[in-house]
Amino acid sequence: MKHSKGNVHNIETFGTFDGPGVRYVLFLQGCPFQCKFCHNRDSWSTETNSLMSVEDVLSDFETYKAFYRNGGITVSGGEPLMQTEFVRELFKAAKEKGIHTTLDTSAACFNHKKAALIREILTYTDLVLLDIKHIDEDKHKSLTNASNKQVLAFLELLETIGKPTIIRHVLIPGINDDENSIDRLEGRLMNYRCVDKVEVLPYHTNGKFKWETMGLTYPLEGIPAMDKRTAKAIEDRLNQSIRFNQNDALGKNYPSKPTRH
Amino acid sequence: MEAWRNFNGGTWQTTIDVRDFIQNNYHEYKGDDSFLVGPTEASTRLNKQVTDLLLKELKEGGVLDMDTDVVSSITSHDAGYLDKSLETIVGLQTDKPFKRAFHPYGGINVAKKALESYGYQVSDRMDEIFNKYRKTHNQGVFDAYTQEVRKARRSGIITGLPDGYGRGRIIGDYRRAALYGVSRLIEEKVAEKSRYKTPMNEENIRLREEIQEQINALNELIELGSIYGFDLANPAQNAKEAIQWTYLAYLAAVKEQNGAAMSLGRTATFLDIYIQRDIEEGRIDEVDAQEMIDHFIMKLRMIRFARTPEYNELFTGDPTWVTESLAGMGEDGRSLVTKTTFRYLQTLYNLDTSAEPNLTVLWSDALPQGFKHFCAKVSANTSSIQYENDEIMRPKHGDDYAIACCVSPMTIGKEMQFFGARANLAKALLYAINGGRDEITGAQVSPETPVYDKEYLEFDAVMERLDLIMDWLIETYVSALNTIHYMHDKYAYERAQMAFHDAEVKRNFATGIAGLSVVADSLSAIKYAKVKPVYDKESGLITDFETEGDFPYYGNNDDRVDTIANDVIRIFMKKLRKQYTYRQSVPTMSILTITSNVVYGLKTGNTPDGRKAGESFAPGANPMHGRDNTGALNSLLSVAKIPADECEDGISNTFTLVPTALNNDYENLASVIDGYFTKGGYHVNINILNRDQLIDAYNNPDKYPNLTIRVSGYAVNFAKLTNPQKREVIERTFHETL
Repeated sequence: MKHSKGNVHNIETFGTFDGPGVRYVLFLQGCPFQCKFCHNRDSWSTETNSLMSVEDVLSDFETYKAFYRNGGITVSGGEPLMQTEFVRELFKAAKEKGIHTTLDTSAACFNHKKAALIREILTYTDLVLLDIKHIDEDKHKSLTNASNKQVLAFLELLETIGKPTIIRHVLIPGINDDENSIDRLEGRLMNYRCVDKVEVLPYHTNGKFKWETMGLTYPLEGIPAMDKRTAKAIEDRLNQSIRFNQNDALGKNYPSKPTRH
Repeated sequence: MEAWRNFNGGTWQTTIDVRDFIQNNYHEYKGDDSFLVGPTEASTRLNKQVTDLLLKELKEGGVLDMDTDVVSSITSHDAGYLDKSLETIVGLQTDKPFKRAFHPYGGINVAKKALESYGYQVSDRMDEIFNKYRKTHNQGVFDAYTQEVRKARRSGIITGLPDGYGRGRIIGDYRRAALYGVSRLIEEKVAEKSRYKTPMNEENIRLREEIQEQINALNELIELGSIYGFDLANPAQNAKEAIQWTYLAYLAAVKEQNGAAMSLGRTATFLDIYIQRDIEEGRIDEVDAQEMIDHFIMKLRMIRFARTPEYNELFTGDPTWVTESLAGMGEDGRSLVTKTTFRYLQTLYNLDTSAEPNLTVLWSDALPQGFKHFCAKVSANTSSIQYENDEIMRPKHGDDYAIACCVSPMTIGKEMQFFGARANLAKALLYAINGGRDEITGAQVSPETPVYDKEYLEFDAVMERLDLIMDWLIETYVSALNTIHYMHDKYAYERAQMAFHDAEVKRNFATGIAGLSVVADSLSAIKYAKVKPVYDKESGLITDFETEGDFPYYGNNDDRVDTIANDVIRIFMKKLRKQYTYRQSVPTMSILTITSNVVYGLKTGNTPDGRKAGESFAPGANPMHGRDNTGALNSLLSVAKIPADECEDGISNTFTLVPTALNNDYENLASVIDGYFTKGGYHVNINILNRDQLIDAYNNPDKYPNLTIRVSGYAVNFAKLTNPQKREVIERTFHETL
């Protein structure tokens, strides 16, 4: 399908959380994962919400471009890779205009059939934000109703092509904040040169109302929000070991980030 | 000359030209904030003293002490100190810190009232002098006001006119005192005066008298110097003297005038040249430099005026608008950022946040990154800075202009303005459909026309009526301002400030409007929805509206309504430019309310946009509260569309983000400012605040003695706002992201 249209869930014109700088964040509709902690429950359905062409998106982006000096465009979701064709066209066109592109994905759709197309998308992608929900496959299944095999396979691909990546991990009390899970995540992540850093996001309950307005029962009822300081400590620990290993064991000349204070 | 040792020469040596001196001598600083230092022990101790006095002042109802029998003048008081042994920069308005001076020339009645409202009594002697022998500005104005002006003033369609208080918004080039010494300035003034001999017409006679008054003021300034033990006749020899001379020149101005806005100008880059020279000569180090700046800023924070409750209601929080303009770009492409520009901002850390001085950054895309980053950081930490678009102002005013009050640019020493408060456009819209009668009192204010009588409000018909009412409004408004400024020149001439101007200055005739977003949304409702007027049975006036259907709101980057706002502005300016304006002044207009948006709202009935009678207007050019709900950037884009060429006196926007929206990256705030100004934005106040925090501060004022917020055009201590104003601030849109 040429000149496909994107099925858009929502647009945030002042995004500061999904990639560097101030960004235009396009949330696409539809997600194959069914994360129990999802704070955008209304983005799962693949039913048509709002259709936008690549031109529509880029002309809307243009309206706000003056604010995106250090930013760019981020495609998030839902799961953006459910609309591979659209994302490919959008990112290709964006790169032609010199716009910084970020792909915020959980890699739920990564499979052999789509691999070539996704590889192409990655050639137009400056940064990947990869969501890892749980390092343990069984627990990942129980949390998202799907395996994490494709997620980790996608991370392998990112490593192979050397794509700058930020790992995002929502830390949920009693679900994935145990020492064993953190240990295993740490052990896994420190082997990748492509990983710039890990962002540990403390679980919050702000998305609960969306389930309720849809007449659904919130699956994580009773689980409290994650303590922000604990999450920060775990984030620091993960980043330290990644950086340490990259500098020493992996021999990557890790560029030190300009310090901002 | 020893005072000018190691300076690069230039035309500044032979003519009075501070800009040329700056351009030939300043060192641009492109680095970051890492060189800055904290306060010295002396600074901390002095600041503690000031803070204690501030709290005491607040506790005692807003005033600590007042003069009742001494007319404030440059030399009216003995020297006053906080703690002489600790102060590096000295000088107070009176002989005691926070004692408010008596300024009768703007209007004896108003000065009396200001005293009485705090439980003080003007002395019989003063009462007699100024009621019997010496007429004041306020009396002059009311002797000449027309019936039309009186009616318009009473109804509140024109409010805040400087007809009973000092007009302010004049910035002397106080730096001249430091660079040249006052004797040299007097010589120049004597020479200037001799140029105006023929014809000896009214204009030249007036100018000669004024210049002589300026010379007298300069002589008194030398005397003020000697009261504090300084020789101001001669130029400053070092940084400390340069700051001291500049400050005393400014102090002379605030001793003489109780002006609405008594702005300082653009001193940081100038003073940096002296500081840099002293550092290079090994006389001082960074700690000394910061200490002097801290002490200077502390003095500026202590400026006080005696004002009436009515004035405070309009402009709350004891504002003095000691506006200091920082940074900006030079015409040669270098920025005017110096280390002292950083040092001024650093005072917000060293001395805690503060509403005054009104620190104003002249922002350009091209400013050094390190400075932009520091500004964003200070804004995020203190909510105490405002930003103006240097790229809009520099082409018109050159690279040595400063902001008076909130948003009014003027070339220092070469331009001034006749401050004109503002007209209530929302009320004008109601007069347009009510045949010139006031929707609240029923009084016939403007000439009688039939009340609108069709079933629905029709856009074209309403616009036609609005056009007519604006003819009347502007004529009345301008006639009031002409009267005011004629009388102000006559009875309360700013000799100390004008002494630091060239003889011939460009004068702007600065009008203003309030209620722009209410008018835009109201006209949008009339155009895109169906608005049915509801008549009051008794008066026959339209006092309410029933609206069917949706309509676009200003503040969402929607051209359907944003163009309406711009059309109204263009109509206003077109009519204004046709008027006769006093002293060949050039008509300008601002969209700025300060805190008066609350009072304007209180005095305005229901409006077709759905705003209820008494509800506050949005401040300045802001969209109405809660209506700019399609995102922070859309709100900014709507305001950025307002044509700056039609609003040369400024377009104020107050923008509030919750702290988390920046995701801990100050660079994101710099991007917002860059983006807004690239799109043509004029001015922006940045607040980084949580609504919860303000609600807590509303309920527990004692917990937040230093909470500073930016309101339209200035910063204010939240605790000093009235409760309705606090509620209005809390109701504003706080932009956040998901």
